[in-house]
Amino acid sequence: MADLAINMCGIKSPNPFWLASGPPTNCGEQIMRAFDAGWGGAVWKTLGDPIVNVSSRLGSVDYAGNRMSGLNNIELITDRPLEANFREIYAVKKKYPDHAVIVSLMVESREEWKEIVNMSIDAGADGLELNFGCPHGMCERGMGSSVGQEPKVLEKITSWVAEASSIPVLVKLTPNVGDILDPGLAAVKGGADGLSLINTIKSIVGVDLDNFVPLPSVRNKSTNGGYCGPAVKPIALHMIAALARDPGVKIPISGIGGISTWRDAAEFIALGSTSVQVCTAVMHYGYRIVEDMIDGLSNYLDDKGMRSVNELIGKAVPNYTDWGNLDLNYKIVARINEEKCIGCQLCYIACLDGAHQCIHTRQNPCSAFHGESDHGARPRTEVKPPVMHESSAGGEHVPFIDEEECVGCNLCNLVCPVPACIEMVEQDTGKAPESWNERMSKQLGGFGG
Amino acid sequence: MDKLSENRLETRFSDAKPLYTDSEAQIEANRCLFCYDAPCIKACPTGIDIPAFIKKIATGNIRGAAKTIFEANLLGVSTARVCPVETLCAGACVYNDYDKRPIQIGRLQRYATNRALKMEKQSGRKLFTPKKKTGKKVALIGAGPASLACAAYLTLEGVEPVLFEVGNLPGGLNTTGIAPYKLQATEALQEVEWLLQFGIGIKTGVTVGKDIQLQELLRDFDAVFIGAGLGKDKLPGIPGETGSGRWGATELITKIKTDSGFIVPDEVQQVLVIGGGNTAIDIARELAMLGVPEVNILYRRTEAEMPGYAHELESARKHGVRLQECIVPKEVEESSNGRLVLTVENKNNGKLEKFESDWLVYAIGQEKHAARLSKEIEVNDKGWIVVDEATRRTSHPKIYAGGDCINGGKEVVNAVADGREAAKAMLREWSGE
Ligand SMILES: Cc1cc2nc3c(=O)[nH]c(=O)nc-3n(C[C@H](O)[C@H](O)[C@H](O)COP(=O)(O)OP(=O)(O)OC[C@H]3O[C@@H](n4cnc5c(N)ncnc54)[C@H](O)[C@@H]3O)c2cc1C
Ligand SMILES: Cc1cc2nc3c(=O)[nH]c(=O)nc-3n(C[C@H](O)[C@H](O)[C@H](O)COP(=O)(O)O)c2cc1C
Ligand code: SF4
Repeated sequence: MADLAINMCGIKSPNPFWLASGPPTNCGEQIMRAFDAGWGGAVWKTLGDPIVNVSSRLGSVDYAGNRMSGLNNIELITDRPLEANFREIYAVKKKYPDHAVIVSLMVESREEWKEIVNMSIDAGADGLELNFGCPHGMCERGMGSSVGQEPKVLEKITSWVAEASSIPVLVKLTPNVGDILDPGLAAVKGGADGLSLINTIKSIVGVDLDNFVPLPSVRNKSTNGGYCGPAVKPIALHMIAALARDPGVKIPISGIGGISTWRDAAEFIALGSTSVQVCTAVMHYGYRIVEDMIDGLSNYLDDKGMRSVNELIGKAVPNYTDWGNLDLNYKIVARINEEKCIGCQLCYIACLDGAHQCIHTRQNPCSAFHGESDHGARPRTEVKPPVMHESSAGGEHVPFIDEEECVGCNLCNLVCPVPACIEMVEQDTGKAPESWNERMSKQLGGFGG
Repeated sequence: MDKLSENRLETRFSDAKPLYTDSEAQIEANRCLFCYDAPCIKACPTGIDIPAFIKKIATGNIRGAAKTIFEANLLGVSTARVCPVETLCAGACVYNDYDKRPIQIGRLQRYATNRALKMEKQSGRKLFTPKKKTGKKVALIGAGPASLACAAYLTLEGVEPVLFEVGNLPGGLNTTGIAPYKLQATEALQEVEWLLQFGIGIKTGVTVGKDIQLQELLRDFDAVFIGAGLGKDKLPGIPGETGSGRWGATELITKIKTDSGFIVPDEVQQVLVIGGGNTAIDIARELAMLGVPEVNILYRRTEAEMPGYAHELESARKHGVRLQECIVPKEVEESSNGRLVLTVENKNNGKLEKFESDWLVYAIGQEKHAARLSKEIEVNDKGWIVVDEATRRTSHPKIYAGGDCINGGKEVVNAVADGREAAKAMLREWSGE
C-alpha cells in the first residue's frame, strides 16, 4: 500500500488530509474525534480577540436538487476564549503527538502577533497559519482579506511572525485578488514556510424573494460573505497551479477549496499541493468522509504504481501551460455510440443552439449552414430553408454528427447523460503540431525580425 | 345535480399513488433530462409538453407548470390520476432504455395541477378567463370526459355550451367507473365543478333521444357533440346469466363508487370475474381490496392475449387476485344453499368443469348505444360512430363525436383529445379558416 505520510515544510502528518480552519475545528473534542476518524491534521479555527457571531451565518446554493453545491458563510473567527482554545490544543497534541495541529491566527498589532505566536508554540502547535483571507467582517476591521489584498502589508506581517516563530509558518491567501501571484510572492518574501489557499470567495449567495433580503438573513438584513464548497474547486485549482508553476514559489502549498473526495484531493495534489484541507464537505457529511479519501487515494496510487503520495505532488504542473503553447493542429471530432444512445437528443439541441450546428436528427430539418465547412468564415446573415439530413448510421432517435462541420468543442459530450456515449476521436490532420506562439514567431521571422 | 353521499364504499380505498409532497416533487422533477423532441410528448394523446411542465416544477413555477398541462389537456387533474402512464408517456421515457426508473410523469402532473388549483382558490387569481362571447351555442350529449373537454375548450373561446346528461352526476366514468384507488367520485366531481365554473351549462337527468330529441338540439344549437360513451355491460348469452349475485362489472363499480350504504356482504367469500380487459382486472382488484378472500378472473384465452395491461394484472395479483386462462363460461345454476355454480369449458383439455362462487361479475365489454341516437350518422360494423380523423366530425355536418363512442372504449385521455380537437374544428369551421 502506498505511503500517504507527508512532511510539509517540517509539519509531519500521517496523511495529506487536514481539516481546514472552520466549524469542524472549533474545539479539542471535535478534533480528537476527527483524528480518530482518520484525519491526518487539523487547522484550528482561527484564534484572535474573540468575536461575537450572528445568526443565521450560512447560506447555500442548491443546484438541480443537489444540496450545498456551494456554501456561503458570514461567520467570523473563534467566539471562544483564547484560554480554552490553548488548553484544548495542548490536550490534543498530548493525546495525538503524530498528528498535525496547525493553529490559525488573526490579530492586529505586531505585539499581539508576537504574543499569540508564543502562546501557540507553548501549547504545542506543529505550525501556524496566518489567516489573511477572511473576506467578510474581519476585513472591515483591517484584518483578514484586507491584509491578503495588500501585498506590502502581507509581507510585513508575515515577516513579523516568521521572526517571532520557531515553528513553520503558513500564509493563508485570499482568492479575492486580481492575480494570486502578488500575495503569493509577497508571502514568500516575508519568509513564509508554506502557502494555504484558497480562503472563501466574496459572495452574496441569494436573495429571499418574499422579503427582498439577501441571504443568509439576519433580522431582515444581510451582508456579503465567503463562498466555498464544490462550486469553488475550479477557482482554487487554478490559483494553486499558478503558484505551483511559478519559479519564485519554492515553498509547499496546502490546497483548499471544494475538496469532497479522494479524486478532488488527487487533483489538488497533482497540481502542486502537498497537503489538502477540507471544510464544507465535512460540514455536509461529517468526519467519516475521510475513510474513503484515504482508501481511495491509496488505491489510486497503487494503481498508478506510486509508492508514496509525494510522487504525485505537482505531477500535472508541467502540463499546465499558456494558451499560446497549445497545438493548433490537433483536431478531435465527436462520435456517438449508437448502442449506448438513449435518444434524448440533448446533444442535438446543444450543438444547434449553443455550438456549431453539426449534429442532426431524423426528426428535425435544420436551417443552419451546411456543407460549407468554412467554420463560419463567410457571413451567415440569413436563416436558410430547412433541410432534412440523412444518415445510414444509428437508430430512429440516434442523432448523427457531421464530422466535417464538427469543431471538436466537446459540448455534446458534456451534456450527454450517458457516460462514455459520446467520444471525442482524434483526427489525422496531416499537419505537424504548431502553437500560436510558434506561428507568431515564424511570421516575425518571415518579416526578417 | 345530485350530491354524493358520504357513506360510499369507495371511501375505504386509499390512493395507490399518493400526492407528492413539495420535496418529493422537486426530487423527481430534477431527475427529468429535459429531452429535446421528447418521446413522452409524442406518447401523450393530448401532447402535453411534459419536459416543459416538469422543468417548471423544478424551478418552483407551479402555476406555469399547471398552465402548460391545462393548455393541452383541460382534464389534467383526472388524467394525471387515471392515465395508464406505464403504456403512454412514462412508457416512452428515455430512462426505460437506460436501466433507470422512468420519470413519474402522472404523479408530477397531479402535484402541479393540485397545487395550482389550491393556489387559484387561495389567491382568487384565475388560471383561465373565457374570451368574450361569440354568440355560438353547442349542445353536448353526455357529461363524461369527452364532452367536458370539448365544452371547456369552447367556453374559453367564447362559445356557450350546454351538457345533457342522463345521470344525476356529471363526469361520466371518471365519476362512476375509475378504480377508487386511482380517483374517487368526490375528486372527479371537484374537477367537473372547476370546469363548469368557466361558464358551461349542464342539464342532468336528461336522456337525449327520450326526454329531448337530437333534432331539437340541431335546431337550437350551432353544433352538437356526441360524447355518450358506451352502454350497459354486455352479458355472455348463457343460460342462467341473470339473477341475484350476478353483476355487470360497471354496474357493480358504480355502486361501489357512488351508492349510499352499498356494501359487499361478509358472506361473499368467492367471486368469479369473467373477462380479460382492464375492467375485469379493476373490479377483481377492488373486490379483493374490499376483503373478498378469493377472487378469480376467468379469461377465455391465454394471459399473453389479454387486452388488460400487464402492469394492472401484476398489481391485482399483489392483492391476491388470481387468473384462470382458457376458461369459457357455459351455464349458471343456483345450488341448494343459494350459491352459484358456473359450468365452464376448459379449452386446455376440452373438458367441462364446475366453479362455485357467491358472486359472478361480467366484464366482457359494454354495449355500443350511441349508434341508436340517430340514423343520419354513419356507424361502422363494430357500432362505433365514424368520424373524420382531423375534425372528429361525423357524417352529419353539424354533429361531432368523441371518446368511447368513436373508439369502442379507450382511455380518458383519448376522450379529452377528441373533445379538444372537435372544439377546435368547430371554431375553425365558424371562422371560415
Ligand atoms: C371500469 C372502467 C375503468 C376504467 N379505468 C380507466 C382508467 O383507469 N384510466 C383511463 O384512462 N380510462 C379508464 N377507463 C376508460 C374511460 O373511463 C373512458 O375511456 C372515458 O371515460 C370515456 O369518456 P367518454 O366521455 O367518451 O364517455 P363516458 O365517460 O362513458 O361518459 C359518457 C356520458 O354520457 C352519458 N350518456 C350516455 N348516453 C346519453 C344520452 N343518450 N343522453 C344523455 N347522456 C348520455 C353517460 O351517462 C355518461 O355520463 C375505464 C373504463 C371503465 C369502464
Ligand atoms: C462557516 C465557515 C467558517 C470558516 N471560518 C474560517 C476561519 O475561521 N479561518 C479560516 O482561515 N478559514 C475559515 N473558513 C474557510 C475554510 O477554512 C476554507 O478555506 C474554505 O471553506 C474553502 O474550503 P472548502 O471548500 O473545503 O470549504 C471558514 C469556512 C466556513 C464555511
Ligand atoms: S422522456 Fe423522460 S427524461 Fe425525457 S423529457 Fe420525457 S420525462 Fe424527461
